[in-house]
Formats: sequence, C-alpha cells, structure tokens
Amino acid sequence: MGEKIVLRYTDDPEQSDIATYIRKGGYQALARALKELSPEAVVDLVKRSGLRGRGGAGFPTGLKWSFIPKDPALPRYLCCNADEGEPGTFKDREIMEKDPHELIEGIILSSYAIGAHLAVIYIRGEFAYAARQLEKAIRQATAKGYLGRNILGSGYDLDVAVYRGAGAYICGEETALLESLEGYRGQPRLKPPFPATAGLYRKPTVINNVETLANVPYIVLNGPEAFAAIGTSRSPGTKVFCLSGHVKRPGNYELPMGTPLREIIFEHGGGVRDGKQLKAIIPGGPSTPTFTAAHLDVNMDFESVAAAGSMLGSGAVMVMDETACMVWAALRLTEFFRHESCGKCTPCREGTYWMVRLLGRIEAGQGQDGDIELLLDICDNMAGKCFCPFGDAAIAPVQGTVKHFREEYQGHIRRGGCWRHETTGGRLPTTDQGPRVTPGA
Amino acid sequence: MMLSERAREEIIKTAERFPERRTALLPALRLAQDEQGYLSSQVLVEVAAIFELTPAEVEAVASFYTMLKRRPTGKHLIQVCTNLPCALSGAGELLDHLKARLGIGVGETTPDGLFTLETVECLGSCGTAPVVQIDEDYHENLSAEAIEAVLARLAGG
Repeated sequence: MGEKIVLRYTDDPEQSDIATYIRKGGYQALARALKELSPEAVVDLVKRSGLRGRGGAGFPTGLKWSFIPKDPALPRYLCCNADEGEPGTFKDREIMEKDPHELIEGIILSSYAIGAHLAVIYIRGEFAYAARQLEKAIRQATAKGYLGRNILGSGYDLDVAVYRGAGAYICGEETALLESLEGYRGQPRLKPPFPATAGLYRKPTVINNVETLANVPYIVLNGPEAFAAIGTSRSPGTKVFCLSGHVKRPGNYELPMGTPLREIIFEHGGGVRDGKQLKAIIPGGPSTPTFTAAHLDVNMDFESVAAAGSMLGSGAVMVMDETACMVWAALRLTEFFRHESCGKCTPCREGTYWMVRLLGRIEAGQGQDGDIELLLDICDNMAGKCFCPFGDAAIAPVQGTVKHFREEYQGHIRRGGCWRHETTGGRLPTTDQGPRVTPGA
Repeated sequence: MMLSERAREEIIKTAERFPERRTALLPALRLAQDEQGYLSSQVLVEVAAIFELTPAEVEAVASFYTMLKRRPTGKHLIQVCTNLPCALSGAGELLDHLKARLGIGVGETTPDGLFTLETVECLGSCGTAPVVQIDEDYHENLSAEAIEAVLARLAGG
C-alpha cells in the first residue's frame, strides 16, 4: 500500500483522543519546532518538501507562506479552509472526524511559521460531528499546553477557533471565505490585493486546505526529504483520492501522487459495480473536465492530469458506468453550479442558468439543432470572463461531456429524449455496507 | 419570541473573541435559528441591534446562506442529497420514495408539521452514498428499509 500520511491512523477508533494521538508520536513535531526551529526554518522545511495545496489549485504551500510580510508588528492570521463542498470530495471530513489532532498540530505549526496568533477553521455548516470533534481536540490540546498562552514554555501564543459556515459552496473560494468570516454575504473579492497582504480584517492571511495542513506535522517530524521521496518530483507526497459513483468499494484512498487512475479504480476501488463497463470518470470533482475509459492510464498528479486535458482538483474521482447518461450527468452537475453561483457577476449567474435550461430541454427531448453549439458558446462567454474561478469550474461538466460524448447529445436531440431516465434502473438503493449514522449533536 | 438572555450572552462572547465584532454575525444567526427554529423578521431586528447594523444588512446575510431559514420548517428537516455521486447510487429513487411515503413535494411540510422535505447539494458523504441529512444527523449508505426505520423512530418520538 505504500506510505500513508494523513490517513495513516484513521482506522483506529481511538485516534481522535489526544492520548492515542500522542502515543503514536503526535505533537512531537510541534515540540521539536518550538524548541529547535525558528519560524523561518519551518517555512523553509515546507518549501523544501515541495508540498502543494490539496484544495484544488496546487499552489506551493511554503511559497504561499513566504508572501506574508516580515514586519512582526503587523497582525496576521491563518485560516484553515474546511468548507469541503466540491461534489465527490469527502477527505477533509474524514481527517477532521477521525484524526482531528493531526489537523490541529498542523495548524499550530503553520501558524507558528507565519507568526499568527489567531487561526480560524472555517468548516462547512453541515459538518456538525466534525466540528464537535475539532472543538474537543482544541480543548484537549489546550489542557495539555499545546494551545493557548506560552505554548510548551516557548513564549508563543495561539488561539484556534472553529467557525461554522451556513451552506454556501462559494465560501470555499478563499476570498469569499474571508467575506463570510467577516460577517458578510460570501461573495469573492477582487484580487489583487491577495490575502497574503490584505486578507482577514485586511491583514496578511494564509488560507490552506485541511489536507494540506494535516501534512505539515509529518514534514516537520520526518524532514522534507522523506516527504519528497513519496509521489513525483513536481507533485510530491501522497494524495487522498475520494472514490465515488459506480465502483464496488467507494471511499477515501491515500496513495502516492502519480498513482494511475486504473489502479485507483480497479485495484483499490474493486472496479465497476455489477460487471458493467466503465464509461466516464470525473478525475478531480465536477470543476474538472470529464475523462473516459481511454484515460485510465493517466497518472494522478498535478502535471499528468493537466497534460491529459483535465485537472487533479480536489482528488474527487467519480466513476460512471455504461448506464449513466452523460447529458443527465452534465445537467445534474450544472444544476449544482447554478444553485451555488453567488450572483455577483453576470457571466456566471446568467451562464449557469442558461446552461441548465438548455441541458434540461435536451434531456427532456425538446432539444433543437444548434443547442450543442449554443451550450459551447455559453461556455466560451464564461471562460476567463467571470469574477472568480467558479465560472471556469462551472463550464467543466458541459465542456468535458460534449468533448467526449457529443454523439450522445446529438442522439438526444435526434431521438427526442434521453435513452435512459434512471441510473439505477428505478431500483431503490441497496448497499452491502449497511446503514451508518453520523450523529450531529 | 425574543432571543434568550443566554443567546445574547453567547453572541457577545463570540463577538469579543474576534478582532472585529461582525465576525459573530453568522454564529449569531445560527444561534437564533437553533433557538427559534427559523429567523423571523423580529429576531433579525434584534440581532441587528446587537451588532449596530440595520435589519436590511442582517437580512442580506441571512438570505445568502441556504442553512439559514426565513420560514418555519417541520419538526424534522429531511434533506436528500441529489448531487451526482448520490444520484448514481439511487438518490433520485430514494427521493421519489420519500415524496410518496410522506405525501409531500420538495420544499413542503407534512400536514402534521412533523417533516419538511428538501433536496440539497453535496453533503460530503459520497463514499457512503446515498446520504440523507435529518436535522443535524447524517444517515449514510441508506436503503429503503433503513430510511423507513428512521422515519418510524422519528414519528414515534
């Protein structure tokens, strides 16, 4: 299975307790850093590790930290982006629910590195259990002296707050997250200025994803070379791939960057359900263009996925078999984007609305000649013309499915409707895994 | 109904924790909703006064977030995820089953006021799809039998 980092201990039901976490080496990285390393040295370690952001963009983490102005008199903040909302993505939730101290330790180390004394975890409102696990971890860490004033006698102070969102996908966009944290509608800000110079409360701010921060204790404890030895040279480390859809064993799989898609789906996920044929794969969440069975040999790292015409994104691998209609799938995902468009800029607000109207009529059998071209024209009027990256993401389902499955769109228009209306043949869901409840309160 | 004294104290405590008080606005709205079930116009006026904002400024925030409700819901809020991974795992059929079973459409409440049915976008439970969130609890890997058992329990309690 190879080296695992962030999900290494998540099979242990006691892992969320601080005693278990410490017994397995937890908080040693923090003790070491506070005793032996200057904040700059921690930044340097993370830079040398080659760690890149796991939220989707893949920006080098250490470089991001180094943009924070050096003036120590200036307050600065760390925000942990735990607004996990990209459909198909459920990795940050698992880290927070099962190994919350790993994230807390990563946050303390990262805050120390940039000189922040307040860190805020912005967690999506629906994750009640994960928020409770984090609150508990913070209480335990504070009681042990890992948080609060004068941490481990080092003179360094840090307060970590859990801040629950209230249902808005766009708040995962870093400047929308900041707006939300300041008590406004979660609409993106114009960049520049970038958060590193004017972020939360217009002060220098670093915003990092949960999985990114959860890698930091490993890097500090084991050294950047150990981290860089995993994965590929330009995409080092592991990645949590969230496997969902028509596979036998959906779930989170932490594997080295660069693991082939085929291995993820067939070896780890057990292949396609019910002996069906693989039809389409969304490699990194709906913001990334669709792949087909012809892409199974693509290696899942930032460079290889980009070279194959899509993006690694959040690592949400959604699998669809031969029973899935691509127009239906594009409609479902575009409805999501329409629902979540914040309404600030016209191309996104109107574009997502009109794409849903067009996809809806094609799927319902009222498509007309020229509808496919019209859809692509809307995509063209959104690409690079929206206020924030959401607009570019929102066109991925249409662009990707038209590119690879244009004849399916044409078939809908020619025949006057969808060849299949139910993806499960009208059957109610049955799962072998048995029901599971995650209690909210 | 007025905000409780306990809620007011909690809001002020949160406001004082952050460099700018307004950061506590979203938590305040969540707290008000937890207490009253939804955000009435009256409670928005009360919250606005705490933050020295106009009711319109607070309404602008409240109307942006889908988890903040401006109308009362049933005693239990049933939210069916219909995003792609759940839809590939039978969420559409599960939703049809719930509509028939409860005799209501999406966005409606049963006449006895017990259940409100809604659809939601991705809840982050795609490896254990389909998922239905009832109040704050996630019900994952749901089958028809499992959802029946949950409904029976809620109707009995």
